[in-house]
Amino acid sequence: METKFINSQSLPFCKGCGHTTISQNTEIALRKLGLKLLDVILVTDIGCHGIIDKAFDTHTVHGLHGRSVALASGVSAGLNNPEKKVIVFIGDGGATIGMQHLLDAAHNGYNLCVVIHNNMLYGMTGGQPSEFTPKGFKTPTLTEGAEHPGYDICALVTAAGASYVSRISGIGDISDKLAEAFSRKGFSLVEVMEVCPSYGVKSNPGMKLSKLIEEAGIEIKVYVDREMKAYETKIREGLPGLLSPALTIETEFPHTLDKPVRLFLSGTAGEGVQSAAELFIRAGMRCGLQVTKKGSYPVTVGVGFSASPIILSPEPIMYTGAPEPDVVIVTSEDGLKFAQKLIDNMQEDKLLIIDSTLGVPETKAKVIVHHFRESAGGRNAMIMALFEYLKQYRIIPMEALMKQFLSSKISANTKLKALIEETFEIEG
Amino acid sequence: MQALIDGSRLITEALVRAGAEVFIGYPITPANNLYLFSGKRFKTFLAAPDEITTLQWMSGFATAGKFPVTATSFPGFALMLESINMAYMMELPMVIILVQRLGPATGTATCGAQGDITLLHGMLSGGYSIPVISTSEATDCWEMAEDALKTAVELRTPVILLTSKEEVMTQFSYDLSTLKEITPVVRKHYTSDETFIPYKRDNKGVPEFLSVGNTKHQVRYTASTHNQKGILEGISPEALANTISIQEKIEKNSDSYLHFEFQKEEGSNTLLVSYGITANAAREAAVKLREEGIPVSVLIPKTLLPIPDIYLNIMEEFNNIVIAEENYPGLYKKLLFGVRAPENVHSVNKIGRMIDPSEIIEEVKKHGN
Ligand code: SF4
Repeated sequence: METKFINSQSLPFCKGCGHTTISQNTEIALRKLGLKLLDVILVTDIGCHGIIDKAFDTHTVHGLHGRSVALASGVSAGLNNPEKKVIVFIGDGGATIGMQHLLDAAHNGYNLCVVIHNNMLYGMTGGQPSEFTPKGFKTPTLTEGAEHPGYDICALVTAAGASYVSRISGIGDISDKLAEAFSRKGFSLVEVMEVCPSYGVKSNPGMKLSKLIEEAGIEIKVYVDREMKAYETKIREGLPGLLSPALTIETEFPHTLDKPVRLFLSGTAGEGVQSAAELFIRAGMRCGLQVTKKGSYPVTVGVGFSASPIILSPEPIMYTGAPEPDVVIVTSEDGLKFAQKLIDNMQEDKLLIIDSTLGVPETKAKVIVHHFRESAGGRNAMIMALFEYLKQYRIIPMEALMKQFLSSKISANTKLKALIEETFEIEG
Repeated sequence: MQALIDGSRLITEALVRAGAEVFIGYPITPANNLYLFSGKRFKTFLAAPDEITTLQWMSGFATAGKFPVTATSFPGFALMLESINMAYMMELPMVIILVQRLGPATGTATCGAQGDITLLHGMLSGGYSIPVISTSEATDCWEMAEDALKTAVELRTPVILLTSKEEVMTQFSYDLSTLKEITPVVRKHYTSDETFIPYKRDNKGVPEFLSVGNTKHQVRYTASTHNQKGILEGISPEALANTISIQEKIEKNSDSYLHFEFQKEEGSNTLLVSYGITANAAREAAVKLREEGIPVSVLIPKTLLPIPDIYLNIMEEFNNIVIAEENYPGLYKKLLFGVRAPENVHSVNKIGRMIDPSEIIEEVKKHGN
């Protein structure tokens, strides 16, 4: 017995609507290909054509206006089974608003076939023109006729990488042409030119589809028929977890903190502020401290300031902000500008460590000035400043920072390593 | 033993362990770490060309039986809205991680915020609800992420995991051995030989699931108002009843995704209420106030929407309520109390930076205890 794909003889369209031809021929085409009912997934969206899904006894997915191709792309990639036939019905209106999805699906080669019901206007909403309305074609809201030719979607999806593309005239038996498109692997598309009797014919009295196609220079042809790589969903089994034990840091040094210390490191992007900050908190963790670190930089991460507020604490840290840091370290002009407000508000019990090239800003805080840039260059000024801080305030042993330094890539810089060893009299 | 991690890492790992299979991403600050980690961890990772496509692809994967996840921030979320409505209507499980940043519009991509809760409250046309579960500390990045996915699957609904920039980007030390074990969610499929009715509900009000493409029963998914068969039916009584059943499903199972923290302090008349990134400032403020001899209680809602009755019941016990959140108008306060809050409800609101515990302390002291 023939498979019945359509369950109702009275399709929901106006008399003479081209959508009827497409639906009926779709059923015949599916039969010709010998497809089973439940191997077909029909994805539709909004527009007169979209109300067809209830008439189909295949799987159906009825989505949003213009999004059916993207939705079907997800269905197809989710099923990841080329034996399943995903067919997408969309109108010229939907193809206008969702054009990106058409290009994208062609580009990726998703296993699906799009049937564009191009009647050159929006039928469901009263006959407005779409981007597919041919030059001179009138609609109820565009009585003077369209100024430009419509999009050549076939050329566009061909350029994007479709495997099969054709434009056909939706008159008579089009089942073979549909079947040809349905049978291809990867992305295929058929643009069916058709007429909306209710709005198209009314606005263009006496129009004949064939004449209109000819006069508008719309080409009826197969644009492309080629082997393209069909999309295959990558499913990667056995990926390693993100919480590997290698992330953990063992406590091996003591610390001297009895309350949290909040540091604000401020310098220039590209000068290693973030990595110095991370080095320092990791060193803190080697001493059993709890830590937090934020990064602050402009949207274009490679220019301007780069700052990092960090906290080291003997007890769990709840609030991770630091509006009044205990220590501010500034290694560059950019950093100074960014930290200026904080520095202005610093009180007597706070500490400012600043590079000697920047002068001494007015502040109540205790100030340590050092020529970090001069001795180590801009790139390593922050790491030097952090060693200097530890030298004067042994919240954690300098050895902890040295050990962390040695375990990091920065220690490959032998000049820097030697400089640290010499300046801080510490064994590497 | 501590590890140096961030919230993005915990959320990603928790979702994968809970059974999420597909991450579909479009880049946006400050959600990029989630994108990065997901690219390394999810079995399937797709880079979408925009956020509308993201949600459409996710929905397609969900109709094929997969559990998809994405992460975004307001500008991307705004583009997703219509498709989220679709996924809700089709009753597709998925998790959308919304990392809040300063708005309106593009605002400041690199600055955190808590400005999206009223948007989430009204994101469905008709005012229906999607569960919104929020992180309020590191452990929540693990446990709430797990629950977001399980709720999405068990109730067949999109779920929003609400967080903000500093919650997913700040690095912190964390003892991984304290994380509770996560087992993958198990989904039941329709197994009967009888005709499958796609939106017929079980005793929890949840339709049983079958993937499109299965060879036994026809499956229909519909975004438009539809009857139990998944057939578009305008405003027929059956179709309207189905629309209402979706909301009832979310409401009547609300206990299954109810999460909050309530620190009840003996002798306290003041209740601090806060959520998300400000929750830890409230917790810290409470510790400091208690050290000063001022007893305060703390309520941290984690299931933010739909608002559970119990929050209002708890609030009724207190003479003074201080609600702290990082937005200008006091958004959650408005959702709790309407446009004119009772006089004993006070707020601490800031934009452009995190709220400092001292600001909460000050507000509490202003109103005595
Ligand atoms: S309005 Fe036009 S497109 Fe819509 S069903 Fe009627 S004839 Fe077809």
